[in-house]
This record gives sequence, structure tokens and C-alpha cells, in this order.
Amino acid sequence: MKRYSAFAVAREALTGHRGWERAWRRAQPKARYDVIIVGAGGHGLATAYYLGKRFGITNVAVLEKGWLGGGNTGRNTTIIRSNYLQDPSAAIYEKSRALYETLSQDLNYNVMFSPRGVMMLAQTEHEVRGYRRTAHANALQGVETRFITPAEVKKIVPIIRLEGPRYPVLGALWQARGGTARHDAVAWGYARACSAMGMDIIQQCEVTGIRRDGDRVTGVDTTKGAIACDKLGLVVAGHSGVLAQMAGFRLPIESVALQALVSEPIKPIMDCVVMANTVHGYMSQSDKGEMVIGGGADGYNNYTQRGSFHHVEETVRALIETFPMLSRLKMLRWWGGIVDMTGDRSPILSKTPLQNCFVNCGWGTGGFKAIPGSGWGFAELMAKGHAPLTDSFSLDRFREGRFIDESVAAGVAH
Amino acid sequence: MSTRLATGGRLIDRSRQVSFTFDGTTLRGHPGDTLASALLASGRTLVGRSFKYHRPRGVIASGAEEPNALVGLGQGDRFEPNARATTTELFDGLQAASQNCWPSLDYDVGAVNAALSRFLPAGFYYKMFIHPRAFWKHVYEPFIRHSAGLGRAPAVEARDPDRYEHFHHHTDVLVVGGGVAGLQAAKTAGESGLRVLLVEQTGHWGGRAPVDGGTIDGKTPEDWIGDTLQALDNMPNVTLRLRLQGAGLYDHGYVLGYERLADHAPDAPGPRHRLWRIRAGRIVTATGAIERPLPFAGNDRPGVMLASAVRDYIVNWGVSAGDRLVVVTNNDDAYRTALAHHRAGLTVPAVLDARPEGGGALMAEAQAAGIRVLTGRGIAQVNGTRALTGVEICAQAGEGTPLETIACDAVAMSGGWSPVVHLWSHCGGKLVWDEAAAAFRPDPDRAPIGQDGASNVIAAGAANGQGDLSSILKDAEKAGKTAARDLGGTPSDASAPDAEQPAEAPLAPVWMMPQGAPHALRAKAFLDFQNDVKVSDVHLAAQEGFESVEHTKRYTTLGMATDQGKMSNINGLAVLSRALNAPIPQVGTTTFRPPYTPVSMGAIAGEARGPLFQPIRRTPLHDWHETHGAKWEPVGQWRRPYCYPRAGEDKHAAVAREIDATRGSLGLLDASTLGKIVVKGPDAGRFLDMLYTNMMSTLKPGRCRYGLMCSENGFLIDDGVVARLDDDTFLCHTTTGGADRIHAHMEDWLQTEWWDWKVYTANLTEQFAQIAVVGPNARKLLEKLGGIDVSAETLPFMAFAEGQLAGHPVRVFRISFSGELSYEIAVPAGQARALWDRIVDAGAEWQITPYGTEALHVMRAEKGFIMIGDETDGTVIPQDLGLDWAISKKKDDYLGKRAQARSHMTDPDRWKLVGLKTLDGSVLPDGAYAVTEGTNVNGQRNTEGRVTSSYHSPTLGHGIAMGLAHRGPERMGEVLTFMRDDGKTAIEARIVDPVFFDPEGAKQNV
Repeated sequence: MKRYSAFAVAREALTGHRGWERAWRRAQPKARYDVIIVGAGGHGLATAYYLGKRFGITNVAVLEKGWLGGGNTGRNTTIIRSNYLQDPSAAIYEKSRALYETLSQDLNYNVMFSPRGVMMLAQTEHEVRGYRRTAHANALQGVETRFITPAEVKKIVPIIRLEGPRYPVLGALWQARGGTARHDAVAWGYARACSAMGMDIIQQCEVTGIRRDGDRVTGVDTTKGAIACDKLGLVVAGHSGVLAQMAGFRLPIESVALQALVSEPIKPIMDCVVMANTVHGYMSQSDKGEMVIGGGADGYNNYTQRGSFHHVEETVRALIETFPMLSRLKMLRWWGGIVDMTGDRSPILSKTPLQNCFVNCGWGTGGFKAIPGSGWGFAELMAKGHAPLTDSFSLDRFREGRFIDESVAAGVAH
Repeated sequence: MSTRLATGGRLIDRSRQVSFTFDGTTLRGHPGDTLASALLASGRTLVGRSFKYHRPRGVIASGAEEPNALVGLGQGDRFEPNARATTTELFDGLQAASQNCWPSLDYDVGAVNAALSRFLPAGFYYKMFIHPRAFWKHVYEPFIRHSAGLGRAPAVEARDPDRYEHFHHHTDVLVVGGGVAGLQAAKTAGESGLRVLLVEQTGHWGGRAPVDGGTIDGKTPEDWIGDTLQALDNMPNVTLRLRLQGAGLYDHGYVLGYERLADHAPDAPGPRHRLWRIRAGRIVTATGAIERPLPFAGNDRPGVMLASAVRDYIVNWGVSAGDRLVVVTNNDDAYRTALAHHRAGLTVPAVLDARPEGGGALMAEAQAAGIRVLTGRGIAQVNGTRALTGVEICAQAGEGTPLETIACDAVAMSGGWSPVVHLWSHCGGKLVWDEAAAAFRPDPDRAPIGQDGASNVIAAGAANGQGDLSSILKDAEKAGKTAARDLGGTPSDASAPDAEQPAEAPLAPVWMMPQGAPHALRAKAFLDFQNDVKVSDVHLAAQEGFESVEHTKRYTTLGMATDQGKMSNINGLAVLSRALNAPIPQVGTTTFRPPYTPVSMGAIAGEARGPLFQPIRRTPLHDWHETHGAKWEPVGQWRRPYCYPRAGEDKHAAVAREIDATRGSLGLLDASTLGKIVVKGPDAGRFLDMLYTNMMSTLKPGRCRYGLMCSENGFLIDDGVVARLDDDTFLCHTTTGGADRIHAHMEDWLQTEWWDWKVYTANLTEQFAQIAVVGPNARKLLEKLGGIDVSAETLPFMAFAEGQLAGHPVRVFRISFSGELSYEIAVPAGQARALWDRIVDAGAEWQITPYGTEALHVMRAEKGFIMIGDETDGTVIPQDLGLDWAISKKKDDYLGKRAQARSHMTDPDRWKLVGLKTLDGSVLPDGAYAVTEGTNVNGQRNTEGRVTSSYHSPTLGHGIAMGLAHRGPERMGEVLTFMRDDGKTAIEARIVDPVFFDPEGAKQNV
């Protein structure tokens, strides 16, 4: 793999950039792999990467029915934070955030992780209490957060209006080392690194069936033929239920459309991520200058990737109250993605009823921030059968009632 | 240089002048001008800078597809960035400013990027700025962010001064696009008598036809348009709207319309923008087509324009693009531009036709007019940077060797036309590649599907891939008839008008000019003008394996600018398909997403801003609280008094005084915000038995019972007192925040699971006010008011009485959330203030004291009563809170019962409710955790409990807290260590009984 650097770019410029290699090889499936990962989104690619990097397992195929990074990895609002309340959540999201800090160097690919800070506004007394509690919990979890005053909020985000007619800003939970990253680059960077380790990333290869021998998986049927494997990892976000059905088990998952939108680009005006849960909206400014705005999830199950306009209305309305200047910006583009929701809004990283089949899904509205941590933990689970980061997120928890419910800390989409 | 012609300009009023400013310079135009036409008329060919390389750019188009001519409009809190000059109608006093340049449009230091462009190809930032790590955050990213972005941010400090509104409209047929196709489709559909709404995004009807010429029914297009509009005006079932764009199409015939009412007339009364939410039975998209540029080196220079735009400016606004115009084309249509320019008395030194055989009748007409036509030729290079001086021509078949230099000051280019298929595609309509037209057009066999399972969108005219006037009108007439018939209407048997236009020879696709251009030329041939994506960038993406059209888009940013690729996408994917050696249909398009052009956020928000954004809910006693100095606390959408500080009192002193007064004599609380849901019907008892953990069906009329409600997962979600009004009727009190949620929860279960049970629910929260009279003198007060026997024998604890109190119809509930003798009086909302005033007057002899939510909270905590949202957080079950007594053991089932039997729920190691008292009497920090030694497997500090509520108790004179602790009730007397807010220092507290005050209930049971 040719290394990326400013020097390399300068050298290539002299020859019309004709020397750049493919970022990842074009691969055709082999008859058999040690591990097959279904789904070449961020989580699937990160899993493959850490399988190779941490456990030396490189005879790996990552199968993708469309184009890599084309699901929720490429259609989210790119927020990275780890200010979660419950211990298992804080552990995996903080691991993820920490991995993001050095990801560009690890992958030799600039994923543009931007630790610009994440601010969660407290706009009711109840939210103040909730975030104070989260700050207490985070301090014990090794997650750096603190509760800040309205004056500090205004200093960090000058365009905010503190005295909303309905919900004044009473303070905020501030995670200075949260931020954003370039979502596509995360998928591309992992894909390039996986390919360099000899792994096959096979796009346009849809899994159509899962082959079993008793309670063991033996391989998968795909649109590019049958492929055998020793271990199978299902990492397909919005379509997890479909794959689980092929494997013969059910998942406690509902799939709904979640929407987001961007404004036209403007010069830098807001240098952090602001989330306002009381009024259901969150916003950051991309490096390109667009205001990136997250909205709500549909109230009914669907696979449309479109979403419903009334959610956009509600979100935009709420954000205009908080950031009046938004009113004169224009919405450039609005899109939807399918998120899979679990009963406790926490993910599933787990063994399954099939011995050598593992599932990583249920990230709901917050999967992007978890990509490196999820890959790190899930790779360990697949390689060793258990992993400290993922053990709490097993499927068993629904049977036992061992929920990891973050609803108190993050009542809405994140 | 561009200028105003002496004659012509069908849309402008030459008899009047308006003045406007551009970058501070005052310029003049005419009513009817767009900002773009007025700038061109003033000789302003340089109007903006591109996003990445800051290249000088001029107006290139004449409509919504414009990527270059973006300006900031207006001043102060009416400033709007990124407005397209081509769709901005001129008015007197308009102020425009160029964007993305510093210090000025003419001398922009950012243009250094253009000089470095060879080092900044597509995706360069993914390969650079990796080391050293700290530089990304502190050096590279701030620099990138600063250089990115287009317009400056709006300056609105407090509130956008303009108004916006929403409008709902139901129609049978919606026709989007007011060109000749839209007019014809609307007329045909309208003749069937169905309701028709015809919308056009610009300020004038007719679209391109008056510019392009030909005849319709023997008339000029202009005359035909006038006659047709007259006919439409005479149909009462047809509604016409200009400046209203079909912005997005959604499921079930829902269309978003974006109407700009005041952008062209800022002094007009009424809203600036209006968002139309249209529901239509059938939607005809007569949205026309957009011309494609040709990719040749230097095609982005100011003075290079779309051929159609050059023609539009001549015909519509009487503006020439230059004196000497070279036309370069791969189709016949661009000859119309050459002829229009020629007829204006200006020079066309050459038409360069990339097709080896040239064109048809229009070419002959041009040649007959003396215009030199060179076939098989294209442009190798454009000379001049800010002002064009000429073009180098070459063989289209070759690699770009210059054959001849032709002097010119403007270039009109045409690469063919792409139907506007956005609305068609928004909701699932599919496209088919039309080889002959080299364009994607709607596939009629895969149209969007409406709620009735049939296609509900019909593309018509140029938007449907039709080329000449006659077929456009026939197609539109057919679309109008189809829409009418689909909806049960009977269209008239009138046939489509006859139209005549010169026949056109087929186009030849040109995706690079010349076709064999080397890298040096490809690196100057622009595809996406705003984002500076060149042919070479798409080649690089393909070379690096970004083979999916989505990958290429994201890697190069092709089509991601504010024009969303209207001009660039087809050229881009054709270049990609050539680079991949794959057919264009196989490469496919990116997803078309709404809106068609950017829509103001103000319009999306509509009127629901400021006080109308989630309007404040007021109890009937709100004004009294206001005049009595209440300090407000937002609770859901309500405001409740937190306390009523007196002069010189802070919050703490006020709360302490309110508690003292209530516990010592008499307090008064407005409890009207509590949810009140009536549940009625023969199955009401059975229903409530399922909803609550307790048995409600055994409750006797006239009695009350405290109940708990759990989710399916067993977690406690709400609590409150249930009163049985009669055999079939229950009144369920909920928490303030729970009223709407619990009502929805009830209906959810009734409608989806127990739909055959005879139960009805009604949320009467706002119909009744509720006044709590609390304290040792409460009974005396009620006796003084008179009308109801409130003696301990007649009205014992957990009973209620109905009757007249001081002449007001009331229900008096003897319940208590404070541990005091307490009555909650429900009264019809309209009489609440009168009763409240009577109570205040009558209570004066006992120094009756109104108290707020904080006193309420402290008093309940002193008694160890739980509060939903404090002691619960969605992870707590009633058993954790010692509420087993409120869980019926006799019932077969209730919501949450099965869940509460799961192993983790019955685990004795769960954290359970305790009281907490600090050793030094101070107040524990709210939300603090109790820590134990060591860390868990993930390195997090081990914990064994947490504080759920914490207050200073004025009654007891020390801090009190409630909390959850590991095996808490078994550990009475043990000391836990909590962390303070600083996260470093600790504070110790002893586990005690959660009932701190009057554990025997002596004060309540009197």
C-alpha cells in the first residue's frame, strides 16, 4: 500500500496523479474464508480491520450488497461523543472516541476527526438534574465531561439564544473532546487498510442465504455464488432482521427511518456540536460549511430511507428558536436512513443461537460514533468468544431483563 | 463584454428604471430584470468565486440550475446568503454582495488555490494533514474550515423580522411547471371539471417556448400562452400560482410547494415565503429540461455560458453576452442562439458543431444568414482569464491540437438537454436511459405509486424526454387526460394543438471535448462549477476504485454544491462510465433528494415561532400566580410557580417559609397541571386492572386508590390516584408530564390489543382545575367555605365527595402528597379563579400561604414519597422502590408483570430505595454516585448506589436525600461514600429509612 502524505501528493501532482493505486482492491470471492463479515459499512469494516490488526486473522471477506459505506455510515450526522450514563455504554463509546483520536494515523487516512466539543443543552430543571447525574457518572467512568453554566454556553456558541420563549438554556453537559469526523472517510480508510492486509472487500455481493449444519454456520449463498466460512459476523444495521431470518433466528429489532438535513454552506459560525433534547434537534457545522441538522425518527416501521416531513418541520422550528439566524438559511438537502431500534435503545453485540455466528446491530440512531469501539470489541468477541467491551450487550439481556437503557440521558435521537 | 441591447427584452419594462447595488456600487436595471440579467446588462461578467479554487466566475445559466452567480442579499437581520442571481427578481433598492472572496471579488487571495490546483485534486485532504497529529486540530482544520463555506452567516440576533406561513391545499390534479406543457396539461385536466392547481417557480408563464420560437395552432407561442392563460382563468376549478415551486414529492400524493411572495417585493404586506402542503390525486410534472454544459478546457471562464441562457438573456431581457459569440454544440438547438445573436445585430464568428455531419434545418438557416459553421470541431482551450479574448478550436475527434484561434468575447455552449426528473424521482419513480437524447427520462412503467396502488405521477413534455414543440404539447395533452381519467373525470375530446418547429437532426453525445483530451486539458474541463470538480477528478476517483457513482460523488464532491448537480451530474456520470468502460445506465444516478432548490428554514418553520412555538399552557390560576410574584419553572409545556418569593427573600428562604407555613397552619397549591383522564365503560375496571399494577376493579365508588403504571418491560412509568366515580367510570390522575403520554399509552393498548373491550377514555386535564388545600387547618377552611361535609367520618383518607363548595360545583379528594391533612379540590376550569379567591380570603385567618413546586418536592421527600422522573428513570421497577404493597398478587396479568419476573428483575442484588442522611447534615449532591473500591473490567470505578432526590429539609433542619443502593434496605445504618460535583472529593451519608418525617402518619390521619 502506497502511503499517503503531503509529500506523496506533491510528487504525484508532477505526473498528473497517474500513480495513485486503488484505495482497495477489486476482489472476487474465494471458495472459503476464516471469517466472513456481512456488511461493508463502518462497523463491518472496523471489525475486519481489528480482526487483522489485533488477532492476526486476515483470511477475511467483507461482503456488501451495494457499495461500501453506503448505508448509515454514509448518511448520518457524524457526531462523536461518549457522555453516556450507563457503564457499559460509556465504556464502548469512550473506547471508540479514544480510537477516533488516532484513527487518521492508524489508518494512514485522514478521517478528519475534529474534537470540537459536544454540548447537550439542559432546558428544563429535569434535564439539569439528568445531566448533573451524567457528569457524576462520567467522572467515575473516565469520561471527561462537565456541567457548564449558561454564560459558558454563550461563550462557546455565540449564535445561541439563551432565553428561549419556551425553554431557556439553564446549562449544558459539555464534552470538550467529542466532535465530528468525515463519515465516508472512516469507511474508506478502514476499507483501504483491510484491503492492504489482504482481506477481500466484495461489493455488489448480496447474501441470499445462510448455510447451516445443525447449529453451526457453514457459509453463505450470495449473488456471486456460495462462500464457505468458519465464522460469520452479521453487521448490516437496518437490515439485521432480514439476515437473522435467513439464519433462522429472530432479533428484538424494529427498523425505522431517521432523517437529517443540511443547509447551504456558510462561513464558520459554530465551532462545536449542540444537541437540544427537549426540543428534539441537534446541529453542527461541517468543514464544508453546511449546518448539519438531525431530526426525529418515524413513528412507524419502514425501509424507505426517506422519512417524514413533519419531523423536519419540528426540528427546524425548534432549532430556529435556539439559533434565530437559521431562519434565513436554506435547507439544501434532506435524507433518511434506516436505523434498527432495540427495546432499550442500546446495541446488540452478541453470540447467537448458531455457535459460530455473531451479530452486531441495534445501534439505533447513534452508530457512527461507535464504529471504532464496536469493531474493536466485536472483533475480540468473534476471535475469543467474549470481550469486556461487548459482554453486557448480549442478546441474553432481553430475556433476563438486564437492560442498558440510556433514555434518561438521551431521550431522543443522537 | 455583456451589455444591454437597444431593443428587445419581452420581460422588462424599458420605460422604468430601478437601481440596485452590487458590492457597494450603484447599478441600474429595469423592472422585470433578474439580478443576473441586470448585472450582465451592466457589463458585470465576473460575479463570484468558486468554492475550492476561488476561480473567477460569471453567470452561466438563466434559471434554478445556476451554480456560479451566488450572492448575499440584503442587510442586517434581513441578510440572506447564497441567493442565486438568476432567480432573484430585481427591485428598487436591492443590495447584493459577492461571496467567498477576500479582500474583494476582483482581487481574491483565495485564488492562490487555483495556482496550486494541481496539488489539490479530488480528495487531497484524505491523503494529507495526517502528521503531526496535533496540527490537524490546531492548524490544518481551522485553515480548511476558514477557507470553506460560501456566503457569510445571516446576522439575525434575536428574531427574523419576516413572517412565514404554511398553507394546506387539496386538489385533484397538481401540475408542476408553467411552460407550454404545464399550461396544456392543466387546460386538458381542467376541462374535465376536476380541481387543478398549476404552479410555476418563476414570475412568468410559458417557460422556454417564447424564446425558442415556432408556431402553435398558427399563433406565436406568446399569443398561444396568452390565450391559454385566459382559458384557464375562466375555469373556476383551476388555480394558478406563480413563484411557487414544486419542491418535494412524498408518499401518497403529498407535495411540498415553496412560494416566494415577497423576495421580489420586500415592502409587500404578508409573509415572505409560504410553504404549501399539497395533497393531490395525480401529479403532472411538466418541469422542463436543463441544458448541459460541454466539458472543455476553460469552460468555466466568465463569458462562457449555456447556449439557452445566452438566448434567454437576448430575448427575455434584451441583454447580450458579448459582441462576438462563438457557439459550440453537439445538437441543433444551439443554432437558435447563434441566430438570435445574429438577429440582434451582433457577430457570430463561428458555430463549432462537434458532429462530423453537422445539423439540420437550423444549421442551414444559420449558414444562410452568413454564419460560418465548422463541423466536427470543438474547443481545445479558452483564451483570457477574466475577459475572454478567443478560443482555440480543434478536431473533436482528436487530442486538442489547436487548428485556429477565433477571437470572441463570449461562448455559448450546449451539450444537450436533461429532463428535470427530480420530483418524479423523490418518491421512488425510476428512470430509463434514452440513447438518442443521451439523457435519463422517467420510465413510465416504474412510476411512483400512490396510496391506491396506481401510478400517481405523470411526467409531461420536456420533463418526459420530449424534444420538439409538437410532441411536447401532445404529451402534455395526454398527461392531462390520463390524470383526469384516473380520477374519474371525463376529459373533453379536444385534441392537442398543432405546433410547428424546424425539424432537428440527432444530437451526438460529447462527454469530453476533444474526445481524446490529455490530462492537462481534462484538468481544466469543469463538470461541477461551484465545487470545482473537473473531468480529471472523476478519472482519478475511478482510478482509485471509487467506482460507484455514490463513491465518486462523495470523493470528488460532484453534484454536492448548492445546485445539487443540476448541470453537472449527467456529464459527471458519463465521464465516470467512460473511465470505467461501463454503459451509463449501469453506472446509474445518485439519489434525487428534496428540495428541488433550497428552501428557507423560515418557511419550513412557518408561523410556529416565538410565542407560538409550543405555546405555553396556562392553568386558570396562571394570572394570579403572575401577580403574586411567582418564580416560574417550565414543567413540560406548562409553567408552574417554583415558589413565591417575598421582597428581600431568595428562593431558599421562600421555599422554607412556604413549607413552615403549610406544615404549621395552611398551604395552598395549584395542582391543575396534574393529568386527569376519565376511563369509562363496562370494561373500564378490567382495563385498569391491566394498566395498573394494583387491583382497580375492586375499588368502591367514592373511594380513591394510589396506582402504579409500568411499561411492558416492567419499568415504572407513571403513578397517581385513581378515583371511582361510579360503577363504569374511573378518574385517573397522572403526573403533569405524563398526562398526554399516558392517555396515548391507554389508547395504544385499547386500539391495538384490546380493541373489543368496551372502554372509552377522555383527557380532561384542562377542563378541571385542581386546588390543594394542605395543612393542619385545612378542614377548618373547608368547613368555613361550607357546602360539603368534610368530617373525618364522612370523608376519610382516600375518599372523595362531590357537591357544592362555597357555591361552586366541586369534587373534593382527601389525598395527600405532603403527609399533612390535605384536600384536593377539582373545580370546572372556568370557576377556578373565583373559588381560589374565596379560599385565599377565607384562609387569611390561618395565614394561608401559596406554595410552589419546590416546597411540594421537599415535603414529599420528607415523607419518602417517590417522584416519577426523580426516583424513576426508565430503569427502575416498583419493587426497587419498596412499592410491593401496590402490586396485586391476585391478578393473572398486568402490563409489566411477566417482565418483572425475569431473572435480573428479581435479583436480590438490585439497587433499592433508601433514605440517605449525611453525617454532617449537609445536602448530598443531586445525582451523585456511591463508590466502592476498585474498578470493573472496563476500568470504570465501581459503584453501589446513587442519589435520586436531595434537599435541605427546613422541617428537620438538615439535608435529606433519597437514593438507590445495592441491597439498600438490608443495610440500614451503613455509611456510603458519595463523590461531590468536583468528581474528586467525597462525602459520607448513612442509609436510613426514607420516611424522614412523621413516620406514623399522625398528621395525615386526623
